[in-house]
Amino acid sequence: MSAPDVPTRGPARVAPYLIAGILIAIAIVMPLVVPMYATAKPALWGIPFFYWYQLLWVFIASGLLGIAYLLMRNEDRRRRAAVRGAAHSEEAGR
Amino acid sequence: MNAHLLAAAAASGHRPVSWVALIVVIVLFVLVAVIGFLASRWRTAPSARGLHSLDEWGLGGRGFGTWVTWFLLGGDLYTAYTFVAVPAAMWASGAVSGFFAVPYTIVLYPIVFVLMSRLWSVSHRHGYVTPADFVGGRYGSRWLSLAIAVTGIVATMPYIALQLVGIRAVLTVLGLGSNSNPLMADLPLIIAFVVLAAYTYTGGLRAPALIAVVKDLLIYIAIIVAVAYLPAHFGGWGGIFDAAEKKLSATNPATGAPFGAVIPGAASFNAYWTLALGSAMALFMYPHSITGVLATKSRNTIRRNAMVLPLYSLMLGFLALLGYVAIKAGTQPVDTNGAINAQLVVPQLFLDAFPSWFGGVALAAIAIGALVPAAIMSIAASNLFTRNIYRDFFKRDATPKHEANVSKLVSLIVKVGALVFVLGLDQSSAINFQLLGGIWILQTFPAIVAGLYTRWFNKWALLVGWAAGIVYGTITAYDVINPTTHAHFGGSIAPFPFTSSPVYIGVSAFVLNALIAVLGTLVLRAFKVRDAGDVTRPSDYGADEDDPKVAEIERSEPLLEP
Repeated sequence: MSAPDVPTRGPARVAPYLIAGILIAIAIVMPLVVPMYATAKPALWGIPFFYWYQLLWVFIASGLLGIAYLLMRNEDRRRRAAVRGAAHSEEAGR
Repeated sequence: MNAHLLAAAAASGHRPVSWVALIVVIVLFVLVAVIGFLASRWRTAPSARGLHSLDEWGLGGRGFGTWVTWFLLGGDLYTAYTFVAVPAAMWASGAVSGFFAVPYTIVLYPIVFVLMSRLWSVSHRHGYVTPADFVGGRYGSRWLSLAIAVTGIVATMPYIALQLVGIRAVLTVLGLGSNSNPLMADLPLIIAFVVLAAYTYTGGLRAPALIAVVKDLLIYIAIIVAVAYLPAHFGGWGGIFDAAEKKLSATNPATGAPFGAVIPGAASFNAYWTLALGSAMALFMYPHSITGVLATKSRNTIRRNAMVLPLYSLMLGFLALLGYVAIKAGTQPVDTNGAINAQLVVPQLFLDAFPSWFGGVALAAIAIGALVPAAIMSIAASNLFTRNIYRDFFKRDATPKHEANVSKLVSLIVKVGALVFVLGLDQSSAINFQLLGGIWILQTFPAIVAGLYTRWFNKWALLVGWAAGIVYGTITAYDVINPTTHAHFGGSIAPFPFTSSPVYIGVSAFVLNALIAVLGTLVLRAFKVRDAGDVTRPSDYGADEDDPKVAEIERSEPLLEP
C-alpha cells in the first residue's frame, strides 16, 4: 500500500467557488451571444455597437476575473491555513 | 514617400528600399539579439550556468513572476502572424474572419483562470515540463502521452513557419525581397532565423522572456500612436466604417456574394461564436502556451495574469480595426510579384502614413514580435520531443543534463524545419497547416482538461476520441473549397453534422471526440476493462510553491503505486 496522501488544502466551502464560478461563466457567455450585439446602433464616436460592445467586454471580463480572484485567493488561504494549522498542532501533541 | 509613386513602383513588383525604416529595423534587431545572448545569465544562479536541465533551459528556472509572465505570455500568444493576419482578414472580408479574435481573446482568460492553476500545481509537484508529461502521469499511458506530444509538435511547426511569414511581410514592405536572385531575396530572413536559433540555444526560455519586454513596448507604442492619430487623420471612425461597408458589401465576382460584412448577418452568428470559443479552448492546449504557464513561480501567477493579459486583447481589437483604416486610406498591399497580398496591409499602412523612422519602429515591432513566439514554440516542441518521445521510448534513464542537450539540439532542427517549410513550400500551405493545427490541438482538450478534474475517463476511449476528432477535422477541412481559387482547405468553417448551420470545424470535431470518449468509457466500464495507473494524487492539484515536490516527499516517505 502507498503512503497516505497528505492534503495540501483543507475542505472547501461552497459559496466562494459558486460565486466565482458564476462570475467566470458570465465572462465566457456574454461576449459570445452574437445576436445580442450584432447591430450597428447605437454607435459610439462613429464606431458601431458591434465593435465597441466587444471591446468593452475586455474591461468587464477583466473586472469579473479580479473579483473571482480575490474570492478564490482568500478561500485558498483559509484552506491552506486549516491544513497547516492542524499539522502544527499534531506535531506539538506528539 | 509619395503614395502614388510607391503604388506605381509596387504595381510592377519592384519596390524601392525604404532606407530610413530599414536602418531603424536593423538597429532594433541588433539590440534584441544582444539582449537574447545576454539572457542566459539573467536570474541564473551561478551553479545553473549553462542551463543543464529542462527546468532551467526550457522553463527559465520555473521562477517567472507576474510581470515577466505578462510580457512573456503577451509576446507568446499575440504573435506577429496575428498582427499581420487579423487586420488582413478585416481588410479583405470583414468581421467574421477577423474580429472574432476579440471575443476569442476575451473568453480565453476565464478559461485559463479556471484550468491553468490546476495544471501548474500538478506539474510543479511532479516536475512535469510538457502537457504530455501530465497526461502520461495521470493516465499511466505512454501512448496517450505520445498522441498528445505528436499533436503538439505537428500543430506547432506550421505556427513557427507562419511567424516567418510575418517577418517576410515586413521585409517585403521595406523593399527587400524583390531581388531577382531568390537566395539574396531570402537572405535577410535566413540571417534573422540563424541569430534567433543561436540565442534560443544558449539562453533557452530566458531569451524570449527578455526580448518580449522590448517587443511588447514597441507594439504598444506603435498601436497607441496609430489609434490616436490615424482615425482623426482619415476623417474619423464614422467615415472609416462607411468606407469599409462600401468595400465589403461590393459583390465578389468569383462567388456572386458580397466580399464580407462589417456587421455579421444572422447566418454567420454560429460561425462567429464557435470560432471564438473553439480558438480560446485550443490556445492553451498549444505547447508554447503551456510552457509559458509552467515557467511561472507560483500557483496564482497565471490567475493574476488572466486579469491583466486582456489589455493585449484591447490592443488586438484596435489593430484589427486598422484593417478598416487601411480601406479608408486606400492602402495598396501589392506583393513583389505584383499581386494583391492582404497580409501586407498593416505594414504598408504604417509605412505610408507615418514618417519613415516611425514606420521602421512599427515594422520592427512586428518582426521582433515574430521572434518571441518562434523561440518559445521551438522550445516547447523540442521539450515535447525530448520528454515524451526520446525519453519515454528510447532512453528511459536520460539524466536532466542529457535531456537539456537533446532539447537544445532539437530546437535547432525545429527552426531549420520551419525555415525550409516557408522557403520550400508556398505560403498558403503553411496557412493551411496552421488552420489544421488549430483543429488538431483542440482534440487534446478532453484528455488534458478532463484529467485535471477526474480520472473517470478510460485512456483508450480518450485515445480513440482523439483519433476520431483528428480524422473528422482533417477530412472536413479538406472538403472546404475556396470559392475564388477552388483550392482545398478553403477555410475553417463547415456545417455542423446533420445541420446546415456553419460552425468552426474544430468545435464539431471536439464534440465528436468528447462523445466518443464518454461512450467509450461507459462501454469499457460495462465490460470491466482494467484502467489503472495514475501517479498523481488529489493533493497535487491544489499544491503551491511552498508545498513539497513529489521527489522530496519520496525521499522522506517512499510513494508506492496504489
